[in-house]
Amino acid sequence: MISRDLPGLLLLEDGRLFRGRAAVPGTRFGEVVFNTSMTGYQEILTDPSYRGQIVVMTQPHIGNYGVEGAAEESSRPQVEGFVARNFTRQPSSHASEGTLPAYLERHGVPALEGIDTRAVVRHIRKEGALRGVIASGEPEIEELARELEGFPTMTGRALALEVTCDAPRELPAEGRERAHLALLDFGAKANIVRSLRQRGARLTILPATTPAEEILRLGTNGVVLSNGPGDPEPLRGPIETIRELLEAEIPVLGICLGHQLLGLALGGRTYKMKFGHHGGNQPVLDLATGKTLITSQNHGFAVDPESLPDGCRVTQRNLNDDSVEAFDVEGKPVVSVQYHPEAAPGPREASAIFDRFVDGLQETSAPTPSEAP
Amino acid sequence: MPRRDDISSICVLGSGPIVIGQACEFDYSGTQACRALSREGYRVILVNSNPATIMTDPELTDATYVEPLVPDVVEAIVEKERPDALLPTVGGQTAINLALNLEEAGVLDRLGIELLGASSEALRLGEDRQLFKEAMEEEGLKVPRSGYARSLDDAREIAEEIGFPLIIRPSFTLGGEGGGVAFNRDELKEVARGALDASPVRRILMEQSVLGWKEFELELIRDRVDNAIVICSVENVDAMGVHTGDSITVAPQQTLSDPEYQAMRDEAFRVIRKVGVATGGSNIQFAVDPETGDRVVIEMNPRVSRSSALASKATGFPIAKIAALLAVGYTLDEIENDITGVTYAAFEPSLDYTVVKIPRWAFEKFPDTPPTLGTSMKSVGEVMAIGGNFREALLKGLSALELDGSPAARESRMSDPIRLKRRLAEPNWERLFAVFAALRQGWTVEEVSEVTRIDPWFLREIREIVEIETELSCWEIGSVPGPVLRRAKESGLSDERTAALLRTTQETVRHRREELDLRRVYKRIDTCAAEFPASTPYLYSTFGDEDEAEPTEREKVLILGSGPNRIGQGIEFDYCCVHAAFALSSLGYETIMVNCNPETVSTDYDTSDRLYFEPLTLEHVLGVVRRENPAGVIVQMGGQTPLKLARGLEAAGVSIWGTSPDAIDLAEDRERFGGLLAAEGIRVPEHGTARSQEEALAIADEIGYPVVVRPSYVLGGRAMAVCYDKETLARYMRSAADVSPDHPVLLDRFLEDAVEVDLDLVADGRRAVVAGILQHIEEAGIHSGDSAAVLPPHNLEPGLLEEMADLARRLALELEVVGLMNLQIAVHEGSLYVLEVNPRASRTVPFIAKAAGRPLAGLAAQVMAGKTLDELGFTSTPELSRVYVKIPVFPFRRFVGIDPRLGPEMKSTGEVMGVGRTFGEAFAKGWLGAGMDLPTEGTAFLSVHDRDKEALLPVALKLRQRGFHLVGTEGTAEHLRSRGLPVEGIPKLHEGHPHAVDRIANEEIALVVNTPLGATAHSEDAVIRQAALKHGVPCITTLAGAHAAVEAMDGLASGRWEVAPLQELSGSGRSSPSLAGIT
Ligand SMILES: Nc1ncnc2c1ncn2[C@@H]1O[C@H](COP(=O)(O)OP(=O)(O)O)[C@@H](O)[C@H]1O
Ligand SMILES: Nc1ncnc2c1ncn2[C@@H]1O[C@H](COP(=O)(O)OP(=O)(O)O)[C@@H](O)[C@H]1O
Ligand SMILES: [Mg+2]
Ligand SMILES: [Mg+2]
Repeated sequence: MISRDLPGLLLLEDGRLFRGRAAVPGTRFGEVVFNTSMTGYQEILTDPSYRGQIVVMTQPHIGNYGVEGAAEESSRPQVEGFVARNFTRQPSSHASEGTLPAYLERHGVPALEGIDTRAVVRHIRKEGALRGVIASGEPEIEELARELEGFPTMTGRALALEVTCDAPRELPAEGRERAHLALLDFGAKANIVRSLRQRGARLTILPATTPAEEILRLGTNGVVLSNGPGDPEPLRGPIETIRELLEAEIPVLGICLGHQLLGLALGGRTYKMKFGHHGGNQPVLDLATGKTLITSQNHGFAVDPESLPDGCRVTQRNLNDDSVEAFDVEGKPVVSVQYHPEAAPGPREASAIFDRFVDGLQETSAPTPSEAP
Repeated sequence: MPRRDDISSICVLGSGPIVIGQACEFDYSGTQACRALSREGYRVILVNSNPATIMTDPELTDATYVEPLVPDVVEAIVEKERPDALLPTVGGQTAINLALNLEEAGVLDRLGIELLGASSEALRLGEDRQLFKEAMEEEGLKVPRSGYARSLDDAREIAEEIGFPLIIRPSFTLGGEGGGVAFNRDELKEVARGALDASPVRRILMEQSVLGWKEFELELIRDRVDNAIVICSVENVDAMGVHTGDSITVAPQQTLSDPEYQAMRDEAFRVIRKVGVATGGSNIQFAVDPETGDRVVIEMNPRVSRSSALASKATGFPIAKIAALLAVGYTLDEIENDITGVTYAAFEPSLDYTVVKIPRWAFEKFPDTPPTLGTSMKSVGEVMAIGGNFREALLKGLSALELDGSPAARESRMSDPIRLKRRLAEPNWERLFAVFAALRQGWTVEEVSEVTRIDPWFLREIREIVEIETELSCWEIGSVPGPVLRRAKESGLSDERTAALLRTTQETVRHRREELDLRRVYKRIDTCAAEFPASTPYLYSTFGDEDEAEPTEREKVLILGSGPNRIGQGIEFDYCCVHAAFALSSLGYETIMVNCNPETVSTDYDTSDRLYFEPLTLEHVLGVVRRENPAGVIVQMGGQTPLKLARGLEAAGVSIWGTSPDAIDLAEDRERFGGLLAAEGIRVPEHGTARSQEEALAIADEIGYPVVVRPSYVLGGRAMAVCYDKETLARYMRSAADVSPDHPVLLDRFLEDAVEVDLDLVADGRRAVVAGILQHIEEAGIHSGDSAAVLPPHNLEPGLLEEMADLARRLALELEVVGLMNLQIAVHEGSLYVLEVNPRASRTVPFIAKAAGRPLAGLAAQVMAGKTLDELGFTSTPELSRVYVKIPVFPFRRFVGIDPRLGPEMKSTGEVMGVGRTFGEAFAKGWLGAGMDLPTEGTAFLSVHDRDKEALLPVALKLRQRGFHLVGTEGTAEHLRSRGLPVEGIPKLHEGHPHAVDRIANEEIALVVNTPLGATAHSEDAVIRQAALKHGVPCITTLAGAHAAVEAMDGLASGRWEVAPLQELSGSGRSSPSLAGIT
């Protein structure tokens, strides 16, 4: 049984090769990133922000509590490939609806185990995020390397346009409706939708390319710019849209990619980080209160603070590397955070952002029609 | 905000002697706190009665009081020192209770001393279960339903309400002591009565049972501005019902999904905020229903705890140090993360490995108590193991435990199919082996889980080990495919086990591994799963591609630690290892520590230059040696554990520093050693070796009764007994079932009425200097670790002492000792007999070092590195300015049904030091420190063995003079009356009421003096001692102890405590150069 395991490998663009076992066979290319969250593998897998990426988990046992529909952040796994030291084949949880390897297999996501994941992480930490290929069996390495060379780098990839929804969709608030929001979908996680609806927001979810006038025509109380994969910079259309929204003085909440797009729309710049932040333990220092939030993060690009125009104020920074975690804009109802207040996975203590945004709407704008007596 | 400067001096409370439930993890936490506060420039005043700790080193703090942790004494200390603040949260429950006591008595208010870390309200909320439950309910958090009972009637009523099973816990006892589970009315009566008796306030908490739910712990830290983080989550493999201290545990938690985990984390923050722990560490326990995911809060500890030590070692996050800094005003975002050097303490560690903790028990020492586990903690130590998966960590942990015999043998003992189910169902300390056995016998994971309530996830991992073992056993070493061997090693199978399964030798397996390039690699523990570079070399081994050890080119020394704490080998040895590291570091060596005990200071990442958290087995130690290539290895400091490895290391070409393995062997081998002593004209008790009962009886006839018997292959006085006649010897030989030609039994003539001493010396090969001689209070026959002792000897002739010193020096030079040597000598009828030589650090080294103000272990380490005693300025026995008494503490109260008597087998878990100008004063302080209330008035019950009756007279006289009312069993009473003392006779147990047990139960007796008459735990006098134990009446079981106790009463009665810091007593302290490494 042991000797019949199918071999598998992970090859990086600089030639570094890791050999292990193929938990789910298949060949896929992508940018290799690591995630240090110790729980929440299914949320990570299904997070559209991981489109185009092969994710290496650092916690050695992945799949312990199985998979369940409730943990999906989108309708299917989004990662290109999934790597861990050990995958659990027989999970244990009252809520489990199936096993992780079977789930990955069903969705055609190749998975690799039995490799020295820490060595991968250290390599990426030193070299920065790299393109890579995950493969099974005994493939021709040189061939793979050649193909890998032809694979595009993350910079310049407008992946958000691949994961956004096709058509607008409306979802009612949970409980009493307190606001109507437009959610510009760049690959929005289900828990952003859930978090907003739980706070009484009716949502109109819009494709990423929806023009500003169309959004404004909805007469919503505000706009939410979702998270999403890839480089923000090539998303010229949406950036222009956001600029117009800002001019219209409509309240805007930007999350992760949405936050980077806001930065760009304000005239700032974004840059590619060496290997980004991917995990559930990123400390964010609030400059006003001096308090630190532990946040869930997943991004490879960040807003350059120097590039932000006057009137923009960085309000939160990453405690470890000082990168921008949040800013506000003088005189404008803008909330913009780099981290994930919706968590899923990860600590939930930043979820107050949603309260602040939704509560703030009530003050700044007229009551929505449905709320009128 | 930087540190507070409105305070300048801080008093830190330690946790006192090592007891079950409160062990050397508080030396780790106290040491970290003291170092951190000193470095911040505060004047630090420390109180701790346990001399075998690093925290009580005079170099560590400004004023070190080795004094009893009782309110009166601590009041005298703070009165004298006038600290601005008191830090009670790093010294366990002892320190918390003490602080609350001082606060209630108004002492803190009167002297204007602020409590740091947590307010008294928060401490009370955390420690008082009722208040805690109310607070949780107020906060809307679920807790098990419960009620308080003050009587059996209350208890019955509450049981009606809540239903069975019920968890019963006495209020105000440590580590669940005295509690239990009642499944029905009969048990209710029994458990409730026991618990009521155990509670000092006669109150018990009765709680709805969540037996079989999953148990989790979260380690939290909070700062002044309300930043709160989780350092580590821990999941218990053993479900609710087995105390977390007795559970095999895993970090990080493995079976909760993200939403479940996050919900628990959120609740933990609500708990800590509700209780109001302002700054520092807390531990919160939860139970989760495996069927539904429902969750209840079990308890919180508003302080650093045993689990914080584990969490610190498991993550690399130094909880106690950070807690101390937070207490003086820093916030988490201001404190640098030492390990990365580029990040801060405000984050949550991420683990890219699996950690397993396995407790170490001492049931073999207490055969009369059932080996079952429950809600009251019974383990005496633990090991932690780190691996690339759960299997590897578990198996590394098992080899780190150093159990006698192989795991396979253990498993086969547990595997009887008829009793297997019971062994799985009833938690017991060997249950893990039963789990292996069941899975091997074809039980399904579901079946085992059903019976044990162990989560199937863990069981499947264990089954995988079983499957790998089965597969391995189908191969031969020559043919086994690489991937199979790889899988076995990745799953943690030792070379030894692999060799056994492949029917070959360890060496062959090692070679085959090397051929296949299947090598151990070393990975760093860095708090962040490699997201940031790790500047601190804190390492563990696993199998993988990349090795991160990055050994340096420096000249280095490897120090082998002492492994898990157990009775007979505890904190003292860790103390010695730590000192060796400091001393060698000050000589410029790079120091490398190898150890697997998470409770210790030696496994702090900043104690030595490099730390390898690995089992102390030949395979793992050689692995480290190969990687580091040290100039030498030190095996003398960690007790028997490293000593056992010396031969194997030497054979592998490793250079052992200090006394040679051959000399060590010589001292441990009775035949060889006997020859040496004879040649030197040194006397030993007459002795012989028996391989059968007949032989034993014949030898005993020849050397004469009484005899001391012991199996030859066990250590630490295990299974040792004194036999006064043929019958008892025959019985012993029958019960010592393992006796065989391969396992002979050793017999010694028992030296009656002999005075025993412990002598420690340091030798450099040319010169040997006696560091001190400790005279035992109890006679020879009571294990040296269990006997109270006094330094310097209080009634031995100076000539005799000189003779001892001379003998010891001769032996040391003859054995070519380089480093430490310990000698146990008995004085019998005016002559000296050597009982034992230990060519290594001993239990008494830290005690003598504290008293003498000289870092003996450090000196010894320097000698091993080639320094001479001359160069070190250690050329004569240090002078002492006080009398120092050592009092051991015992775990008897934790084990139902045992006889609290002393004998040649060691049973104590820890010790305290009492310091005084006179023997009486020092002894009294020792008693106080050991938690015993020595009465100075009341009724004393006297009942002694015939041979002790005459010698009892002066004790009785003294008690009478103090105004004690004397009662005794008829024989003893009669004897004393015949000498003119009024003594009331009371009936023996079978003679009618009210007998001694009645009177003890009715709290009419203040003191029991009882020397054992019988040999079993069921004899009449044993029942009396058990009654005393149960009702907390001080019970003295040796005459020598009784003599000392009456002298101590003088000290106590005076009621005034002279307190002085070590720095004043011995002139040691910050200025002493040899410990420069410490600050
Ligand atoms: N309600 C309960 N039902 C079942 N087991 C319990 C219950 N409460 C506690 N226990 C068990 O008893 C152990 C000790 O209880 P705990 O409240 O943690 O006290 P301690 O102060 O001794 O740690 C726990 O670790 C748990 O295994
Ligand atoms: N011949 C003897 N006569 C009297 N007491 C003895 C004798 N041998 C051993 N003992 C007692 O037994 C104790 C334990 O024996 P020892 O040889 O020191 O074993 P250990 O290895 O446990 O230290 C000693 O401390 C001493 O009190
Ligand atoms: Mg507990
Ligand atoms: Mg001994």
